[in-house]
Amino acid sequence: MPFAALHVPDFPVQAVVRLEPELRQQAVAVLEGAPPLEVVAAANAAARAGGVESGMSELQARARCAALILRRRVAEQEETAQAALLDCARGVSPRVECAAPDTVVLDLAGLERLLGPPQRTAQALAGRAARLGFEARVAVASNPDAAIYAARGFPGVTVIAAGKEAERLGGLPLDVLGAPQEILETLDRWGVHTFRALAALPPVAVAERLGQEGVRLQKLARGAEMRELALADEPEHFAEVLELESPVALLEPLAFVLHHMLEQICARLAARALATNALRLRLEMEARAGAPSTCERTLRLPVPLGEARVFLKLLQLELMAHPPPAPVVKVTLAAEPVKPRVEQHGLFLPQAPQPEKLELLLARLGGAREDAAVGTPQVEDTHRPRAFRMTRFHPAARPGAAARKQSGGAALMALRLFRPPLAATVEVHGGRPQRVSTSVARGAVVWLAGPWRASGEWWEEKNGWARDEWDVALEDTGGIAFFRLYRDLASSRWFLEGSYD
Amino acid sequence: MQPAILIPVSSPPEAELLQRGVSPRWGARELAKHLALPGLLRERPAPETVATGIAELDALTGGVPRGALTEIFGRPSSGRTSLLLSLMAACTRRGEVCAWVDASDAFDPHSAAAAGVELERLLWVRCRNLERALRATDLLLGAGGFGLVVMDLGDIAPRQARRIPLTSWFRFRRAVEPTPTVLVALEQEPCAGSCASLALRLEPAGAHCFPAPQECAPAHACLLRGLRVRAEVVRSRLHPARPPRSAAAAFALRAAWAG
Repeated sequence: MPFAALHVPDFPVQAVVRLEPELRQQAVAVLEGAPPLEVVAAANAAARAGGVESGMSELQARARCAALILRRRVAEQEETAQAALLDCARGVSPRVECAAPDTVVLDLAGLERLLGPPQRTAQALAGRAARLGFEARVAVASNPDAAIYAARGFPGVTVIAAGKEAERLGGLPLDVLGAPQEILETLDRWGVHTFRALAALPPVAVAERLGQEGVRLQKLARGAEMRELALADEPEHFAEVLELESPVALLEPLAFVLHHMLEQICARLAARALATNALRLRLEMEARAGAPSTCERTLRLPVPLGEARVFLKLLQLELMAHPPPAPVVKVTLAAEPVKPRVEQHGLFLPQAPQPEKLELLLARLGGAREDAAVGTPQVEDTHRPRAFRMTRFHPAARPGAAARKQSGGAALMALRLFRPPLAATVEVHGGRPQRVSTSVARGAVVWLAGPWRASGEWWEEKNGWARDEWDVALEDTGGIAFFRLYRDLASSRWFLEGSYD
Repeated sequence: MQPAILIPVSSPPEAELLQRGVSPRWGARELAKHLALPGLLRERPAPETVATGIAELDALTGGVPRGALTEIFGRPSSGRTSLLLSLMAACTRRGEVCAWVDASDAFDPHSAAAAGVELERLLWVRCRNLERALRATDLLLGAGGFGLVVMDLGDIAPRQARRIPLTSWFRFRRAVEPTPTVLVALEQEPCAGSCASLALRLEPAGAHCFPAPQECAPAHACLLRGLRVRAEVVRSRLHPARPPRSAAAAFALRAAWAG
């Protein structure tokens, strides 16, 4: 029953670098604490090579390494990194334990047929972690703790055959064990520095000198301790947080930041075979008098999507339409996970816009909101003339529906409307319009039909309407054209509603 | 078999052709047979056409072409909008998604619903100015997936519509060519020039009134029952074997209340 452990060394630094991949090859250290007493909490290999160590002050660290890049430690960022690590593990096995913020353990039982031998599984796991921005160490062993210590102690991918745990782990230093400091100091005074040395001590003497904790540590050092995994809870949301080094006022650098965050979220969703139909963007801004300190944008999509470039474009269009009022100092992006859409394609189905392209098209046309100038008209069930409302465009797919038979007879005559209706000057004789003049059409009335009285909503104080409608033929220099003319009974004003075309 | 339209992809210099024994009198088949260079002459099949739903017009034109620009122009009350709504109803009945780019915000959803258009398959872009209408058409053609895209310039004054640069029309034609989309421009006068594969002029040919206008009847007893329209093909590249001009047909439009 093999177990795999995934360990991310220098976790606070990697939590930063996964959202700023351009820093990966540079010396980076993370500071914690309140200024001016900030100290280095973690540093990557390049920074350590330059002489930076944990516990140094900012000045000391910069003095040691001139090219050092410093970031502040943000708890939310490490939480989202930990969530990403768990998502990476859950993409391989449903039984995952979060052993530490920087280490997760997976149960690989029953997965050999699906994933292959342990070596291939470990390499696949390392690849998944790399796609999420982690440079992780992976180890496979027959018990969880042996896998954890092997991942912490050995670089790259390690596979320990069953029964060889003591032999492989023997050379690891004792600080990998994670023992309490006083026990480590005691063991150091005794000259015990490795797993092998601790495992070789007589158990009774260890129990007498170090107590039960010492016995437990000795068993772990032998690599033979089997236990059940304490399974981690399922995450409720997928989110990324980034505190910016300096306030960002322009949209282009903000889009650069959002791009990396969206890639991480989409990769995490993909690792769990999920998609999203709602993205929440929260921007925290520099404090300015009269301006809000935060602003939120929510993107709601009619279909679940999982492509980072589509989300990025939609967010860019949204931010261009409603830019943040002040420079941004912190970005939080969260996605609601849903099952991805399943489509059954067919050879003979009519063409339709792809959902991803359609969302971008609607955003560019300005039609992503309800009641916008772009959308689908919906005729309202009311007697008010030409009443309709605009709804969001979402063509329903009806696979397999046969085309309905066309109704016979002549095509229907359509009305082209003037919006708003054109105010008309009408000469009336004997109660009948004789001449009509508007800004668009004018002429003598050569034929007319009407009036037909229509009214409605008379019970409402403001929305009641009543009018007399005429169909008129106006003759001008261009010829004869047919129009719908009406007189509003409340105001006694004439309007040209539209032309029959 | 549909007639083919030959497009020379590249033409070697005349001297080279004569050296290879190519006669300037040869037709397309002889040329294709004797010139061994693949891709020199490419046969482009005649475009697939879509029925408008008006039998007389379909008999006249064979339908409206896919992957090409069609112009339908005429003065008010010439039946342009009714024709397009009939075409759109046919497209939505087949399950295709349509777009109406409305430069003057003149579209009437009630008329469309009465004509049989399935409104949930219609994207209505209310532009209210010409520039935005051109940009919206660009975006729609770029996104693809629409069975019919209508550019409604029916209420744009001809002098303003003529200012649309020809490059815009070329761009629309090139954008729609590789797609199965029907692109139709509704205008008062033709503007697209040779970019349109089919150009139809519609003219009012009278109205169907009840009673007949010469009969004296009070206004409240009169009813507009429909319009009569005369359609003429001004340009057509759909069927090279048929004469492109002087082909006309008449059809009738009925009012929704006429029964």
